Amino acid sequence: MFSPARAWREFPQRYRLEAAKCSGCSKILYPPRLVCPECGGRKFTQEALPRDGKVVTYTVIRVPPAGFTEQTPLPLALVELTNGVRLMVQIGDVEDPESLEIGMPVRLEFRRISWDGEAGVIFYGHKAVRAGS
Amino acid sequence: MTIGIVGYGAFIPRRRIKLEEIAKVWGADAPAYKRGLQLYEKSVPGADEDTVTMSVEATRNALARSGGVDPADIGALYIGSESHPYAVKPSGTIVAEAIGAVPALHVADLEFACKAGTESLFIAQSLVKAGEVRYAVGIGADTSQGAPGDALEYSAAAGASAFIFGGDEDLIVAEIVDSFSWTTDTPDFWRREYMHYPRHGSRFTGEPAYFRHSMSSARGMMAKAGMEPRDFAYAIFHQPNGKFPMRVGKKLGFTHEQLETGWLSPWLGNTYSGASPIGLTAVLDIASPGDLILLTSFGSGAGSDSFVIRVTGRISEVQDLAPKTRAQLDENKIYLEYGAYAKLRGKIRMAE
Repeated sequence: MFSPARAWREFPQRYRLEAAKCSGCSKILYPPRLVCPECGGRKFTQEALPRDGKVVTYTVIRVPPAGFTEQTPLPLALVELTNGVRLMVQIGDVEDPESLEIGMPVRLEFRRISWDGEAGVIFYGHKAVRAGS
Repeated sequence: MTIGIVGYGAFIPRRRIKLEEIAKVWGADAPAYKRGLQLYEKSVPGADEDTVTMSVEATRNALARSGGVDPADIGALYIGSESHPYAVKPSGTIVAEAIGAVPALHVADLEFACKAGTESLFIAQSLVKAGEVRYAVGIGADTSQGAPGDALEYSAAAGASAFIFGGDEDLIVAEIVDSFSWTTDTPDFWRREYMHYPRHGSRFTGEPAYFRHSMSSARGMMAKAGMEPRDFAYAIFHQPNGKFPMRVGKKLGFTHEQLETGWLSPWLGNTYSGASPIGLTAVLDIASPGDLILLTSFGSGAGSDSFVIRVTGRISEVQDLAPKTRAQLDENKIYLEYGAYAKLRGKIRMAE
């Protein structure tokens, strides 16, 4: 479970999908980094990610860790967005995990990602849901 | 100064439960409930959906229809709800952060039973009208709860709608012509601090509460604006069940045709603060330039806000820019059995 302070530091990338675009080689980094792994550049501009993409691959977690147990089974996917950026996200609104498939079009929606019990902080971010659904 | 809605949007969760599925568990007479309440199914939030997540998606839909409003120009954001995720800590800050409207804006969470949504609309449009802010967002959203087995359990549903108000005449899709509120102290429905479920006065919620306030507010609004029912293309009332909004509309002299577009409760349930404003989004989705709309909310406790809204020529340019309300209601539904529904709504006692 994150601390509220760590979650707060990541709000721009988690809430607004803000990525860092390298001023040297134009590579888009998500989550943002301090040094570009492509060219070693240290200058970046901020760019919001597109919210549409497709599932590259996925897995279904049947025994999730603390903070996620109420979301069992918990499908996780590697999603490639329309600009080529790939990110690891939960898949939301899954009626039947057997219905998931590679190549499935998805859209990122704002959701609760995890929560620290009944009394703790709620962590928000994005999940991928089947596009057009 | 002309002010109005420059962008609007709704969000309805995909999960549903049918009235029969609830009635079966409690031994209730489903056909009698269906007839009596005119309810067929209702929306249910997932474990990862709440007032904040639905408000963010509804506001993004409103921004998509806004003709390029820069979120940094939003000077105020209000969320009306009786199901804010935190008892202490605002919902509005999370929504404002997520849409990129922070930090130069005023934010508040509002509460007034089912009327909190139109309260946020009322305050947002008033601030724009006063020239205090360039754009203001008003949101109505709820993941409402009914006690297991109570009549409310058949209606308490989830949904959100968001409206961006502004004064740029070339951006306005629906002008706010006038507004009127009618309020008394009427204890028809309440929830005390730390209580999980609300309580209500059964039939007392009808005539002295819903009907008296809705009708007085709508009549006061029409008298103030010098209008009568036949002037309106559409009328939307608060929707605690399927029956009340149709009955109150017809008692006031509106026809079925004027009422049916914004009448979503038979298939959506009662989204509380979201209810009549989501009805407004369904109307704006199909409205034509020049149409006049009457919106009248109701919140227990009790009060009723009314608005006269005139649709502009820009409406047809924005209707297709975000998911339509009726499509969200009718398509891609996930039906739940009562067990899964009880789990999602926190009705099952878990180990500490």
